Amino acid sequence: MHTQLEPGQISSAQSPGTAKRQTTADRAADSPPDPQAGLPADHSAVSVTDVSRAYPDPRDPRGAPVQALAGVTLAAGARELLAVVGPSGCGKTTLLELICGLQAPDEGRLECVPAVLMPQRDLLLPWLDALDNAALARARARAGTLFSELGLAGFEHARPYELSGGMRQRVAFVRTLLSGKRLLCLDEPFGALDAITRAEMHTWLAHALAAEPRTVVLVTHDVEEAVVLADRVAVLSPRPGRVVAELAIDLPRPRSRTDTRVVALRERALRALAGGEVA
Amino acid sequence: MRGRPMSARGSAHRLLPPLVLVLVLVGAWEAYVELGGVDSFVLPAPHEVAVSLWQNAGFLAQNLKPTAEEVVLGIALALLVGFGLAVAIHLSPPLRRAIYPLAVGSQAIPIAVIAVLLIFWWGFGILPKLAVITLICFFPVLVTTVDGLASVDPDELKLLRTLDASRWQAFRFAELPAAIPAAISGARIALTVAVIGAYIAESQTATTGAYAGLGHEIDADLTALQTSRAYAAAFVLFLFAIACFYTLALVERRLAPWAYRSRGEVR
Repeated sequence: MHTQLEPGQISSAQSPGTAKRQTTADRAADSPPDPQAGLPADHSAVSVTDVSRAYPDPRDPRGAPVQALAGVTLAAGARELLAVVGPSGCGKTTLLELICGLQAPDEGRLECVPAVLMPQRDLLLPWLDALDNAALARARARAGTLFSELGLAGFEHARPYELSGGMRQRVAFVRTLLSGKRLLCLDEPFGALDAITRAEMHTWLAHALAAEPRTVVLVTHDVEEAVVLADRVAVLSPRPGRVVAELAIDLPRPRSRTDTRVVALRERALRALAGGEVA
Repeated sequence: MRGRPMSARGSAHRLLPPLVLVLVLVGAWEAYVELGGVDSFVLPAPHEVAVSLWQNAGFLAQNLKPTAEEVVLGIALALLVGFGLAVAIHLSPPLRRAIYPLAVGSQAIPIAVIAVLLIFWWGFGILPKLAVITLICFFPVLVTTVDGLASVDPDELKLLRTLDASRWQAFRFAELPAAIPAAISGARIALTVAVIGAYIAESQTATTGAYAGLGHEIDADLTALQTSRAYAAAFVLFLFAIACFYTLALVERRLAPWAYRSRGEVR
């Protein structure tokens, strides 16, 4: 069951105050700025309960279906950055497609505000310039503002092939922001970048989210990336994926990769990934 | 670098291979006719064709005009029909099932027979000739355009869905631009058969007056044993087809510069 909640509506069990805020949020949905107006921080923007999902094995369509997710439970609060790490093939992409409403779960409950997907590949359209790619069907004026706010000024009319990998991901991220949705699902957005560019992108993303706060579910296989960026890290098991550990990252930002606390948390997450105990 | 204007030396380097090939072929032909003692009614030597071309330049130019008109208008119509049908097929599975088999079947119709029937029906004007050319040319456009429309990455369409793009917007932003270079590629394939179509249609119109087109003229010359002028006319068609092919490449470059860029150079 996939419940695509109206903006501002979180779950059936709401505080009476939410109804009033809903009107503000509805207006916000029409005009993208002020994305999470009226969303109380103690409510979750996405709540996944005991969700399972299987699909036919592409190599053996008549055989047993592949269980991608088996009873996943996780939640992210408003403006929280939840990182989901897991080994390849553990159903991370399936999880994001479920949250975005591109697939429906076989079992379990899934409640979330409208979500937008940022796929692994930038998928910029070669026939449009950077600004048009970011805006697509939407207002170019707002795209222009975001370009200058987020350090993309001067690249508005560059074609995708003229941009570096990092710049292309930035344009793709601005496109995601401009959807006006309050929940961003990022699917290994920096997976294809080299280490230096990736570190730059981490700083840039933190800055962008400070300027344009959103709830983010970030799927990655890079544990360090998760610890540097996230408020909370959920560790998935190998397929069929289920949450085997959750780590709160209560560290001030900006975080350094070499900070001993970051290193310690990274080690804990890695141990959970390897199937060990989380100390 | 690719994409920048070529220097004089660069373009000389690019023109050299085709020039050498043409010279070798023409030389072999000339030698074969001279040394083999072939009758020039059967196979005129290249220099005879060149002389005929020179002497009949005005006559050939007058005859090129109607043929060029038929080919250019026919290709334009074929692009329109092929593209339109491809979009219909792409957007509607029932239309795909209805249209595709008929479109394939239409290519099995003996075109010379259809040409005669159409001329009985519509007379000796340009209309039956356009119909013949469009009938044989829409098909490559249709097939390449259908493939172009379907070539969009499924992940791109998923992304557009989460961006709340409507079906129309997905078509307008992702599918339509992908189909443009595909349709033009189809037109470039169609071009070669368009010239053959023009010849077939014109050869059936033997009763009309002067300047009935190069196709008609080739037919008449062969009957009158004016073989070298028929070869000269065929040479004009040959140059015309090459010019059209590269014109379409330039059109593609204007309409779909991204496709041109990824391929490097005009093919």
